[in-house]
Amino acid sequence: MSPSKPSVEALVQVEDLHVYYGKSHILHGVSLSVGRGEVVGLLGRNGVGKSTTLKSIIGLVAARQGRVLFDGRAVTGMPAHKLARIGIAYVPEDRRIFHLLTVIENLRTGLDRDGVSESRRRQLLDKAYAYFPVLAERRNQPGGTLSGGEQQMLAIARAMMLEPKIILLDEPTEGLMPRMVSQIRQIIDVLHRDGVAILLVEQNVPLTLEASQRVYFMEKGEVRHQAVASELDVNDPVIHQFLGI
Amino acid sequence: MTIPWDLFAIQTVNGIVTGMILALVASGLTLIFGILNVVNFAHGELFMLGAYVGVLVLATTGSFWLALVAATIIVALFGAALQIVTLRPLVGRDPMTTILATFGISLVLQNYALWQFGPVARKIQEPITGHFTLFYLDYPWYRLMIALLSAAIIGGFWLFLKYGKYGIWIRATTQDRVMAEAMGIPVPWVHTAVFAIGAGMAAASGVLFGPLVGVDHAMGLPWVLKAFIVVVVGGMGNLGGSIAAAIFISLLEAYASIWVSPSQAVIVSFVVLILTLLFRPTGLFVPTPK
Amino acid sequence: MTERHSTVFWSGFAVILALLIAAPLVLPPFWGRFLTEILIWGLLAMSSDILIGYTGMISFGHSAFFGLGIYGTAAALLLVDPPNLFLAILFGLVASGLVAVVVAYFSTRLRDIYFAITTLIFSQIFYVVIFTWTSVTGGENGLAFTRPGLGIPGLYVVRFTAETMHWFVLAVVAGSYLLLRRITQSPFGTVLQSIRENEARTRAIGYHVEHYKIVSVMISGLFAGLAGVLYALQNQFAAPDFVFFLVSGETVIFNVMGGIGTLVGPIVGAGFFLLLREALSRFFTEYYLIPVGIIFIAMVIFMPQGLLGFMRRWLNR
Repeated sequence: MSPSKPSVEALVQVEDLHVYYGKSHILHGVSLSVGRGEVVGLLGRNGVGKSTTLKSIIGLVAARQGRVLFDGRAVTGMPAHKLARIGIAYVPEDRRIFHLLTVIENLRTGLDRDGVSESRRRQLLDKAYAYFPVLAERRNQPGGTLSGGEQQMLAIARAMMLEPKIILLDEPTEGLMPRMVSQIRQIIDVLHRDGVAILLVEQNVPLTLEASQRVYFMEKGEVRHQAVASELDVNDPVIHQFLGI
Repeated sequence: MTIPWDLFAIQTVNGIVTGMILALVASGLTLIFGILNVVNFAHGELFMLGAYVGVLVLATTGSFWLALVAATIIVALFGAALQIVTLRPLVGRDPMTTILATFGISLVLQNYALWQFGPVARKIQEPITGHFTLFYLDYPWYRLMIALLSAAIIGGFWLFLKYGKYGIWIRATTQDRVMAEAMGIPVPWVHTAVFAIGAGMAAASGVLFGPLVGVDHAMGLPWVLKAFIVVVVGGMGNLGGSIAAAIFISLLEAYASIWVSPSQAVIVSFVVLILTLLFRPTGLFVPTPK
Repeated sequence: MTERHSTVFWSGFAVILALLIAAPLVLPPFWGRFLTEILIWGLLAMSSDILIGYTGMISFGHSAFFGLGIYGTAAALLLVDPPNLFLAILFGLVASGLVAVVVAYFSTRLRDIYFAITTLIFSQIFYVVIFTWTSVTGGENGLAFTRPGLGIPGLYVVRFTAETMHWFVLAVVAGSYLLLRRITQSPFGTVLQSIRENEARTRAIGYHVEHYKIVSVMISGLFAGLAGVLYALQNQFAAPDFVFFLVSGETVIFNVMGGIGTLVGPIVGAGFFLLLREALSRFFTEYYLIPVGIIFIAMVIFMPQGLLGFMRRWLNR
């Protein structure tokens, strides 16, 4: 698949990324890009390397070959904590909130950054509570006592506290009830309106097509196809080809 | 066998005093293991170095308190340097390598101390002399002070963990190192800081304990062994458990010394360890996981 | 083993053996005894390699096996008159064997660091007991005894000379090496290595990991005890220092320096360490452990496979 056209506008540019877990060759030269404020979907069957792609962008997984550019700057190999500080936030597949920290302490892990004034922190916190009222209610409860859906909210809110330019969302609606799913849908829209880019890995095709501007399709460790989301519908043969539904 | 109740009571106090110091030493060790996954064999030597720095500062300034603070800070910084130079390169490797590296460090530090200070033990003068009557004994105030100070240091650290920004960083890193990093927490530096804190705690214990025994190059050995026992019995990485275990074991040993010699009384701690490992391997004071 | 590998290995072995046999005849007495000591410590380190290098279990308890081998020998030589070589060996092996049984039991219940710490504590238990039970063990001062004669008691007995002692030790160590090599290359040895690589998977395949660990500890403990016996015969002295956990620590250093999982690496490691100590103590007197310790730490960081690590696969074929 030819590399996506290099764009000066691209916020995140992934070029020919090869990742190995031990001896297994997981990513076979992944290339994609996400524009500023753009919502991009990443679709594909289980095990094709979607999560691994996200993990390599946030620096949790090392690439053997290829590079990642953020805001025009090469960031391959930078440690995760530096990437989080320059504007890449990650919401993993299993949420992974800090179970023994309270809700507000979880949020503080993102808030307590250098160069953020006390008033700005207050603002961000209030924003989180506005978007996710349930977190305000449970602010002093340990994260582990929240329900699955609430933990997902917390994971997203936590990422928002970093004031990121892009959020990497890995299967945010997995295992959630329909009401929660539509809440997530709304949050994605709100973030998009706020100018935050999103790279969304999802199994929920309709949601992805609605929320995204563009979608990529992955197969066997590579990006095989990209399309404009509005030009696709759920019954498109392309969907069937890459997701086997 | 008549039970010597007054001796018993005195040993209870002694046991608690030793237990609090042991708790302070073991806290550092369990922190380092819980967060860095490093078995710090050199912990006893950090204790010993703290005592020696205390001796030097005391000699130059005449102030015990200054010695305590200086030793804690200097050894903490030294610990940080040590972690950066020898332990960071070993991240991700077989855990055996850190045991070996810290073992090597303990050998070097012990012999360095022997070289610099010679084999004759030094003395640290206690800051408050004076006794009060405990039953028929003149019990030194200083011993009580040790227990209180150790408790204060541990308590202070606990507060730091619970409320400070850095406390949150440390707790987050302990729970989920990967996500902590993804949230922008500089995990390698958290590790260095934790090692430094552990080292500082060991050093403080060394200075506090100094007046009770002589300060020499081998003083760390028995403490590191006991500290390991405490950490295992209390539950690896479990701060509260270590403190409880430290006091528990010290009390048992203190009581045992009524009947046998102190060098034999250490067998008590060995026995407790073995029983714990056989029946409650996650720790005596930790509920057994299902 | 391929034909060629076999020839290369055995010729190498023969050459080294020949050199070691000739050594006491050409070296000054100090170095001759030094070499004998290297062989004895080498045997101890080799025994520890079975656990560390092949089964993947770190033990800080080898000083217990070693020390009890020494004291067992001492017991035989002090209690039975006339001093009998075979009885000495027997007592030493039984003593260390008994310790090995207890440690073996714990090896099945504990993993990794817990096992390591427990073995360390064991050494210390024995240390404390031996140190304080002065009436039996001579406490701090240890025990002194005389060497038995070499040969079959009652038939033909001759006194050990420095050379014959050396050859006796060499024979025992070389024989032990060959025997241990046979063991590690057998199906049993392969299972041990599989346990080291991935214990859960080995268990899942159907192997009774506990049994293998027990046997591994027994073998390791017995050969360590044998090293103790040799040490007692060589030096005619037993002391609690040999049971102190630092001896275990040094053994592990020999293993790491020489290369774990090679059997012969630990012997080289022992030699390297002892030579370093000898050389550095000329300049640093008693503080030789400072530079040696630093070298050790550097090796752990930069050369974790040890001196012979690069030959590991070749030696195990």
